[in-house]
Amino acid sequence: MIRKIIVVALCSLALPGFSQKYTAEKSFVSFFSHGAIEDIAAENTKTVSLFNTATGDVVFSIPIKEFEFDKSLMKEHFNEKYMDTEKFPKSTFQGKILGFQGDAKGEQQATASGKLSMHGVTQEVQIPGTVEMVEGKIVMKSKFIVKLADYKIEIPKLLWQNIAEQVEVKIEFTYKPL
Amino acid sequence: MKLTLLAALLITSSFVVAQDDLLKELEQSQKPETEYTTATFKGTRLVNGQTIETKGKGTLEFIFAHRFGAVNGGVYEMFGLDQAYVRIGLEYGLTDRLGVGMGRNSVDKTIDTYLRYKVLRQSSGATNMPVTITAFGNAAVRTSPKKADATFDITLEDRLSYTGQLLIARKFSPGLSLQLMPTIVHKNTVDKTIENNDLFALGMGGRIKVSRSIALTSEYYYRFDVGPNNPYYNSLGFGVDIETGGHVFQLVMTNTRGLTERAFLGETTGQFFKGDIHLGFNVTRTFQLKKPK
Repeated sequence: MIRKIIVVALCSLALPGFSQKYTAEKSFVSFFSHGAIEDIAAENTKTVSLFNTATGDVVFSIPIKEFEFDKSLMKEHFNEKYMDTEKFPKSTFQGKILGFQGDAKGEQQATASGKLSMHGVTQEVQIPGTVEMVEGKIVMKSKFIVKLADYKIEIPKLLWQNIAEQVEVKIEFTYKPL
Repeated sequence: MKLTLLAALLITSSFVVAQDDLLKELEQSQKPETEYTTATFKGTRLVNGQTIETKGKGTLEFIFAHRFGAVNGGVYEMFGLDQAYVRIGLEYGLTDRLGVGMGRNSVDKTIDTYLRYKVLRQSSGATNMPVTITAFGNAAVRTSPKKADATFDITLEDRLSYTGQLLIARKFSPGLSLQLMPTIVHKNTVDKTIENNDLFALGMGGRIKVSRSIALTSEYYYRFDVGPNNPYYNSLGFGVDIETGGHVFQLVMTNTRGLTERAFLGETTGQFFKGDIHLGFNVTRTFQLKKPK
């Protein structure tokens, strides 16, 4: 009997392990490319993400077709010509946040190290950013450069002047406990 | 002893969560969504006729379409280049699914206005829909001949014609889209010895993408119940779509010179395989007047 109670107690002790998981309640991913003829920018607020503060593991999944542009034709071309969205509907990241201490105050410099996949290509990346605990929530921010060639995103020759060969990606996630 | 082992296992297990599992967990937490098919065709015109595509909300499209004379006109007609039939038009997306447009074609000096509405959208995921269906309707007035030149006392009603059309398309893969177009064209006034007021036709067409920016298109309209004295032919066309940024260039070969439904469906005078082939192009330029959000 006592044993059973202890087992149950232990099990419930083990459970807080799960409450160390956080889910993104707000997400913002944007990219910007500076072109000779026009700048191209898009925003996505439909990204989902999980962050395990105990292990530092973090994953996110960006639905490509949810990037919103200033022009609907740009969105169509982005999905149809550059990202092959029907074939590769999502971009994902899975990795670890290095340098994050759950109990530290203020903004902490951290690095996300792991695998970034988009357009069917996976690359090992180190993404610098910041992590901050704000009233029980975690705010993660980062800004990094993606080279289109690394992900086999080709630019049609007729359009070379419109799209830069690298784009600046900004992300900002706000996590709450799961 | 057993107990400590169990405890140790339980505690460590809660910390060892592989990233793969985390990604799986993330994917499982997402509800399946409806994925709507986009870009079944590059433009709102297949060759001469319509496609299921509507312009996005707040998008204005300027269409300049042009057909030369028939190539079998020979050197005297510079293989058709001496003649030119033009339609200049505008189309505006009131919503992502409802479009309104108008234009003027030099053939019979015709002014046309139309509405198109995407009734069903091809989708997969949470909702499965095999096809996209757009309803298209137009009214056109031929302003030629002048009242003074007409052989009878012509009124505005005599000049009007209407088209009702269902466009049914499926994008089978990113490279292949096919479309069916059951159509009715009503002309208020006709020469009863050669044709009826109502013309029923079934169109078939499609596109094959050969590269990211280039596609081949084709379109054929079969007319039903055509009388023996009817001097017109079914319209057939082939095209190459080339897309660059906000422009779509469509280079076409067709046996018709008309660019409104009445003219190319009901009054095509050329026979494609006898060399009555008109070269031409459709050029569109898209302007975003309002932000889509």
